[in-house]
Amino acid sequence: MRFDSLIDSVGRTPLVGLPRLSPSTDVRVWAKLEDRNPTGSIKDRPALWMIQEAEKEGLLAPGCTILEPTSGNTGISLAMAARLKGYKLICVMPENTSDERRQLLRMWGAEIISSPAAGGSNEAVRMAKELSARNPSWVMLYQYGNPANWRSHYETTGPEILDDLPTVTHFVAGLGTTGTLMGVGRFLRERVPGVQIVAAEPRYGELVYGLRNVDEGFIPELYDESVLTTRFSVGSADALRRTRELLATEGIFAGVSTGAALHAALGVAAKAVKAGERADIVFVVADGGWKYLSTGAYEGTLDEAEERLEGQLWA
Amino acid sequence: MAIEVRIPTILRNYTDGAKAVSAEGKTLEELIGNLESRHPGIKDRLVDQGNLRRFVNVYLNDEDVRFLGGLGTPVTDGDTVTVLPAVAGG
Repeated sequence: MRFDSLIDSVGRTPLVGLPRLSPSTDVRVWAKLEDRNPTGSIKDRPALWMIQEAEKEGLLAPGCTILEPTSGNTGISLAMAARLKGYKLICVMPENTSDERRQLLRMWGAEIISSPAAGGSNEAVRMAKELSARNPSWVMLYQYGNPANWRSHYETTGPEILDDLPTVTHFVAGLGTTGTLMGVGRFLRERVPGVQIVAAEPRYGELVYGLRNVDEGFIPELYDESVLTTRFSVGSADALRRTRELLATEGIFAGVSTGAALHAALGVAAKAVKAGERADIVFVVADGGWKYLSTGAYEGTLDEAEERLEGQLWA
Repeated sequence: MAIEVRIPTILRNYTDGAKAVSAEGKTLEELIGNLESRHPGIKDRLVDQGNLRRFVNVYLNDEDVRFLGGLGTPVTDGDTVTVLPAVAGG
């Protein structure tokens, strides 16, 4: 494979079978390895589409400043693209995110504004909206509401999965901005009768839900409930256990949110076995484990790792 | 036997600080009604005009009840119901 530049090499990631974790030859689980993107996460796809759309619409020109609320991966993808294209990037990031994410962002030249840990990404979104209002020349791409986010998956991730596995029956991914599930979900629903679209939503420690009242909650503008078949909440204990299981049984070194997606995928697989149905279940490996080493997710007992992850944003 | 209901931090002022309480009912709606009789005021934080509040997520054994049947979702002894506010990811 040859590309004109790093940016051109986004996507076309491998889909690999999990022969040891799949319950049978009729019920198979497949991993879409999105860590094989230029900056190591699935977010390279939406980040580039959002930038390219903004360029097409004339919102962005070299020298412009991009502002984005992000818990990490989107920021890292934007930072790489911004560096190559001559933009300045400011990320608003919750302070309870891993040190590796901060180091990577700084390496690519991004400026980081920290938002309070309590409230998680809600606070980052709120702060970024305030900053955007006060600095009208800055361009906020806003991954939570930018249609280019889900379009990137509708145009690339979805078609890749269907090309590689025309017999796909289920698609499982983490729920954050909802872009992956909305884009791949819409694409597969149009082409695969009966396909099931399953969300795995991270359930963090209590600090992250530290709102003042329930009406301060946040639902991404991109979210359309009708695209999903169902939605599971996966706690850090299950996510960690599955992340380690994936490495131990199939050799895949993934980030913690992948463990949450795998947990939901294996739940779906068990249900198919029980019902005596055939299934080809694709789940997303959103990133590799590298950025989470300092969180201690891979060391010691699961209880210890879970304790260390308390209050951290791991997806 | 009863159903365990996990309460998020912001609603624990209704449960004397308890992280989890038990309640009874055959459906989620009945369960919330029963919860209200034990912890007055909590129902209004969860339900608005006969529907779950927009920023409240309720999970039955980790599955979002909006995909199971909403307030009409059947519940049985031994189930776990988790209430969480909707927060951003990404």
